[in-house]
Amino acid sequence: MSNLTRLNSTQMAQFAARGFLRFDAAVPEALNQQFLDDIGDASDQPDSIMGHYGNIMRSSVVPLVDPGTPLSQAYPQGSALANILDVPEIAGAIESLVGSGSVVDHHFLHITFPPSYTPADKPALKSQPTHQDSTIDPRQAFDVQMFYFPHEVTLEMGGTRFIPGTHFRIVSEAAIARYQNIAGQQHTVCPAGTVMFFHMGMWHGGGLNRSEQLRYMFKIRLCPTQRQLRLWDIEAEGAKDKKRPIFWTDPMQDPTTLAAILTQPEPWFEADTGRLEFINRVRFWRYISGDDNFDADYWVTRIENEYT
Amino acid sequence: MTSPVQNKTLRQQVLILYLQSSNLDSGVIGWSHYDGTGRTINMAGDSEEPPYKTGLHALEQGWRLFQASQLNPHAPGDEFRTSYLKYEFFFEKLVALEDAPDHE
Repeated sequence: MSNLTRLNSTQMAQFAARGFLRFDAAVPEALNQQFLDDIGDASDQPDSIMGHYGNIMRSSVVPLVDPGTPLSQAYPQGSALANILDVPEIAGAIESLVGSGSVVDHHFLHITFPPSYTPADKPALKSQPTHQDSTIDPRQAFDVQMFYFPHEVTLEMGGTRFIPGTHFRIVSEAAIARYQNIAGQQHTVCPAGTVMFFHMGMWHGGGLNRSEQLRYMFKIRLCPTQRQLRLWDIEAEGAKDKKRPIFWTDPMQDPTTLAAILTQPEPWFEADTGRLEFINRVRFWRYISGDDNFDADYWVTRIENEYT
Repeated sequence: MTSPVQNKTLRQQVLILYLQSSNLDSGVIGWSHYDGTGRTINMAGDSEEPPYKTGLHALEQGWRLFQASQLNPHAPGDEFRTSYLKYEFFFEKLVALEDAPDHE
């Protein structure tokens, strides 16, 4: 990676609190077109779903990447993916989240098919149920998943649905499929070249494509090979640590402090476990900052006040 | 005597509401529908607004509560771990096929 723009403290705090970062149109249009050319047969002619995947796999120059391959070696120099990963904003986000020596867990080209691909005698397609990727994963270390949208995604195209702030919930993959709708859920609608980074625990699912076009999304799961400690740009202008009383407090709160960002609730928070989410966020911040005394509104310090 | 479940003209519609607390009168934060009549198709991400403001509101609209999640003590050492949505309430309506609305 030739140059990069690392995240600032505000962006890291937003990632800690909500579990994602979004960069609209971060990839230049020429690179989006190069990617769509590289992935192979991207024609919009109706075909069977498996047939289309077969055509793509046969004609694509997207390499097969063994798990554990260093990201820096995963994609041929000059390829669309290598160039995309070299965009300063994207390279900087990756280094800030998983470090300079991250490795590829896997990648996949997700294709969401329009109704015309379903034969008349087959059941109509549905959206993908909400799930958490991989399996039960209670680590403090975290992987990130890069979601790259190479073309504009309209609401009708069923862009990735996700529920901000769910990333610290320890669940077992599709066990949450019963939950159809959760307050605050977002449906990705974005310009071409948008990249999002999800904490591995984010609850999400693919939407139903009601448009006439195929929808593409390329996902790379990246794993750190080092302790994720102060990897972002801590010198850059950003959120600061500033203590404040939890109740009987200044009504004109500064919304830009770490405490304010880390205690911003989500619409789906339960009355009691929403407070546990604040605790999880503070503990995550302690982990990535190395500051074992950090707190927001005394949530963690209060329950650590023990004497033996 | 024929019980409702043996009556082939009746079907179950299930509504699952996730509330802010164990109080049935607290706000809805998640919702799912499953329609045994087959006349409405529901799926993940299909609506942005909850069908009812609270669990009590659903009762007032004729839904029958048939299951509520338990309040379990927290396992030692695991008190602060968050996981599945905690306050889950299952409701039903038994609907005669000829009366089933096409849309909720």
